[in-house]
Amino acid sequence: MNLLGLSASNLKAKPLNTLLSLILFALGVALISFILQMNHQLSENLRKNVAGIDLVVGAKGSPLQLILSSIYHVDFPTGNISLEEAKKVQKNPLVKSSIPLAMGDNFESYRIIGTTHDYVKLYNAQIDVGFLWKNDLDVTVGAAVAEKFDMHLYDKFVGAHGLTNDKIHVHDDQQFRVVGILKPTGSIIDQLILTNVSSVWRVHEEHDDHDHDDHEGHDHGDHEGHDHGDHSGHDHGDHDDHDHADHSGHDHESHDDHEGHDHAAHDDHSDHDNHSGHDHGDHSDHDHGDHSDHDHGDHDGHDHSGHDHKHAHAEPDLPPISEEGKEITSLLIEYRNPIAQINLPRIINSQTNLQAASPAFETARLMSITGMGANTLKYLAYAIIFLSGLSVFISLFGSLKDRKYELALMRVMGASKTKLFILTILQGLIIAIIGFVIGIVISHLALHFLSGAMAAQWHYSFSGFKLLPAEWAILAGALVVGFVAALFPAIVAYKTDISKTLSLA
Amino acid sequence: MLSTSKLSYKYNNENPIVFPDINCGEGEGWLALGQSGCGKTTLLHLLGGLLRPQQGEILFQNQNIGNLPSNKLDKFRGKNIGIIFQQSHFVRSLSVMKNLLLAPYFANEGSNKDRAKDLLERLNIGHKANSKTNELSQGEQQRVAIARALMNKPKLILADEPTSALDDVNTNEVIQLLKENAKAENATLIVVTHDNRLKPHFENKIEL
Repeated sequence: MNLLGLSASNLKAKPLNTLLSLILFALGVALISFILQMNHQLSENLRKNVAGIDLVVGAKGSPLQLILSSIYHVDFPTGNISLEEAKKVQKNPLVKSSIPLAMGDNFESYRIIGTTHDYVKLYNAQIDVGFLWKNDLDVTVGAAVAEKFDMHLYDKFVGAHGLTNDKIHVHDDQQFRVVGILKPTGSIIDQLILTNVSSVWRVHEEHDDHDHDDHEGHDHGDHEGHDHGDHSGHDHGDHDDHDHADHSGHDHESHDDHEGHDHAAHDDHSDHDNHSGHDHGDHSDHDHGDHSDHDHGDHDGHDHSGHDHKHAHAEPDLPPISEEGKEITSLLIEYRNPIAQINLPRIINSQTNLQAASPAFETARLMSITGMGANTLKYLAYAIIFLSGLSVFISLFGSLKDRKYELALMRVMGASKTKLFILTILQGLIIAIIGFVIGIVISHLALHFLSGAMAAQWHYSFSGFKLLPAEWAILAGALVVGFVAALFPAIVAYKTDISKTLSLA
Repeated sequence: MLSTSKLSYKYNNENPIVFPDINCGEGEGWLALGQSGCGKTTLLHLLGGLLRPQQGEILFQNQNIGNLPSNKLDKFRGKNIGIIFQQSHFVRSLSVMKNLLLAPYFANEGSNKDRAKDLLERLNIGHKANSKTNELSQGEQQRVAIARALMNKPKLILADEPTSALDDVNTNEVIQLLKENAKAENATLIVVTHDNRLKPHFENKIEL
């Protein structure tokens, strides 16, 4: 028998009061811990994924969207940029290094990214098995993707058109081949399928043919209906109403008469490019016009070679694809010097029809937006903790009346005033500690399950079982609340007048 | 062993209660008889160190317990004095056995389960060791209270109206057990009561 056991049995003797206090305490702690963890892991994830990227250059549109799509791979891209213009940026003396990204396909909603080996270096990703992609249609997959789909070396899979897994367009005539698997890094690269840029072009070139056939076979209404979301990231982009007009205008020519169309298309294309510089807001629109035109061009130029190799999937000696008129999605840029930080975004934003966005700035902006919601929740959590403290107080204070004979009796048996004080305080602290433990377990279990859902839906992973230093601060806070709640009852217990209490019996 | 001189106590705005001098020897049994309101409980609290005398002194084993500092008095009481109340109070969340073990715990004596078992056997309630205290009858509760008062082998046992809630049969049994066990431990026993049924059990009497 000791004070701790005595405190515990006193709490057990009032199960309902104790339960209420515990539930409130656990709820408050769980809420605060959950918010802390979410905030921490989110910012940690965001920070880690920015890696060494100083600037992202892509099509005009929302800078946040550009960052989200090109760094975190969650949102759709703002559109595509022409390779020609991207190259001009890459040659700028203020650029130390740059990595192109070309998106447009997915495998089971995991993005297939056309890029260079520098992208792998950026995240310090190590090869687990195999090697980095070398030839067209060879891919190196991130650890999470490989694990999820149980991919092995030289496995083949078919990509789907678009960035979400709606399986409307499947490139079943183009198979990717896994030539390497990366070790887990904890960054976004785990969730990606990497290949070279020309693989993305190649798939889409083939796809364009395919699409053409579609156009003939289907009526336009159908096309309009289902293609929207799917396309925004794409060459194909959103075939909006106006696009259709465009399309149908060309269609007649293009189907039968490739050569004749070719020149016209090229001219059109360059025109469009110039035009597109003017309307930032409607970039998705301009993309279309842009795209449909140049695709025709491509189609013409490489039609034959494309067809020839159509059946020889993923052969290592695919003929190279011309870069002429090609597009990429964005460029990840590292500054050469601090002057670049000041000048480069300005130059790109004002002198080209590209957009430059700073990951650091946009990420901070994103965090400040989500941070507001987190703050509101935090106040709610504080309110709940306050209530739990109040509940502990009411419960202890209420039981003092019932327990005053017990307290006097303990004094008779030799317990000092201080012991009675500690006995009462301990009850507050026990509730605080158990409430804390339950709360932390709840929040981390929630985090764990949420992490599973997040990984499936957003390709983001959280670790559910790491305790943050800030969570130990919650424990300290909980102990303070438990102590303060028990303080007044403990003082009353301390001051118990034994003789008076016992004579009233 | 235990003696008082010129002891008096005054509650707010009331006439002071003056107590006759007491002189009890080791192992003796004493009965303090008096009507309600004559200060029986006050005397018991003074002797037990629950109240401090305003005048006069109490010498217990050559120690003036009125002068002990609060903490030392608590320890002294826990070790040397066992008190039995009119209504038995227990820590309700604990079993009979654990209630008994509280006594050595608070008096900083080693936990002694064997002694607790032994005492319960002697008081014929060994089978109730693991019961909750509120499951006991009045007579059983009073026996547990006696066992608890004896736990630390006190030199002095004080009983405040220990039989007032009991019927004649239980009264005889309880007072007999109280006397026997006090004798066995060689402890001085003082029973404070207005219960005339107890008169024949004691030779030494204090009239209040």
